[in-house]
Amino acid sequence: MSTGSEVMAARTYPFSDPDRLNLNPLYEQLRRSEPLTRVRLPYGEEAWLATRYDDVRMVLGDARFSRAASVGRDEPRTHPHQGESGMLAMDPPEHTRLRKLIAKAFTARRVETLRPRTQEIANQLLDDMARHGSPADLVEHFATPLPVAVICELLGVPFSDRDKFQLWSEAIISTTSLTPQQIMEYLGNLHGYIAGLIAQRRVQETDDLLGAMVKARDEDEDRLTEAELVQLSAGLLAAGHETTVTQIPNFVYVLLTNPDQLAELRADPSLIPAAVDELMRYVPLGTAAAFARYATEDIMLGDVLIRAGEPVLGALASANRDDKVFDNPDELDFRRESNPHLGFGHGPHHCVGAQLARMELQVALHSLITRFPNLELAVAEQALPWKKGMLVRGLKELPVRW
Amino acid sequence: MSGQWKVTVDRDRCIGSGLCAGTAPEYFALVDKKSTPLRDLIDPDEAASDAADCCPVEAILVTDATTGATIAPA
Repeated sequence: MSTGSEVMAARTYPFSDPDRLNLNPLYEQLRRSEPLTRVRLPYGEEAWLATRYDDVRMVLGDARFSRAASVGRDEPRTHPHQGESGMLAMDPPEHTRLRKLIAKAFTARRVETLRPRTQEIANQLLDDMARHGSPADLVEHFATPLPVAVICELLGVPFSDRDKFQLWSEAIISTTSLTPQQIMEYLGNLHGYIAGLIAQRRVQETDDLLGAMVKARDEDEDRLTEAELVQLSAGLLAAGHETTVTQIPNFVYVLLTNPDQLAELRADPSLIPAAVDELMRYVPLGTAAAFARYATEDIMLGDVLIRAGEPVLGALASANRDDKVFDNPDELDFRRESNPHLGFGHGPHHCVGAQLARMELQVALHSLITRFPNLELAVAEQALPWKKGMLVRGLKELPVRW
Repeated sequence: MSGQWKVTVDRDRCIGSGLCAGTAPEYFALVDKKSTPLRDLIDPDEAASDAADCCPVEAILVTDATTGATIAPA
């Protein structure tokens, strides 16, 4: 058994500034020799960091690890402001009360019905990009408008307002790119904007997801409070596109810098669904492990005793490279027999938009590689601009030519 | 609500998200990374039907054990 948290010196975390999509090699060393280590983040209390697949999955999925217990604690975090509360600060059954209101809109079956429309939007955007001419910035012309248009139609938010809420949405994934004052201001604007859309639906009912949530509240006020309705809707709008907007360029970047795998995909597009999941595993989207779970009792995690009340961070990107679960984990392999990656998280907070994201990413990659068979980077790889001060790694621009 | 509920999981459809085992650990566990009901027959409990309603791939089916009528997913 471990020596416990008292005697182990805490490492500074994150271990380094993000370097493109490369994972710090220290994670691999820790998986081998110190699977639970003490870390100190720029803000908040010291925490455990879990790096092995089995441990990370247990921290995320075992009901004895709580997100609700983070409320009122000085959470370990990379940014000065304490995060938004909302669903990610709740445990079942409170969390389930809200989750089930929206879960139905995001099931694999429902998402499939959105595929033809998503394809139509993708075709339109690529037509526009072709007209613009080579080279073009893939972030601006394709990766951003595609998921934003889809989430807008699903929720019932006017796409024409995107310049406003896209700016405000950054508040949800910013760590230091915005000041705490800006984050407060943007969140306030986003909530005010959503409250306006909700008010419209009370005058005239709509058959979009926002309309369904308003109806659920107005029919039975115990199901969610007005504040929860606003927060949940704003969260869906922001999270519903910030993540996929970021992953499309990340995935295209990986493919353009791994020509063998790209050629394999072009030769056999039926590999696309497997490729999307492999890219979800391979790309370390988060810049650091976040959203610590608090032990509600003493729990053995591997050989280490986690004391009741201690926070544990699960490093998803590290779990996804654990060679106990994935053969040749550092290789991009579209033909893995099984791929139980944790790219969408695990447990009660498993990404509610996972099936939507999968579908969008499949449509995006398939459309791009069939429409532009000679797609390549338009600048040297070293010249690509990466975002800073965010919860996620991503490109500001991805100039491509064809 | 006197009769029992029957709980089944389609393991081919299950993606191992861990939602059910995390939200209703008294009814579901992950075995070989896929969900498995701990008991086939249970007393009616919203935690089990909620898990079926929240499953992202609708792999959980909760039915009335007597009539076979679907309880969840709704």
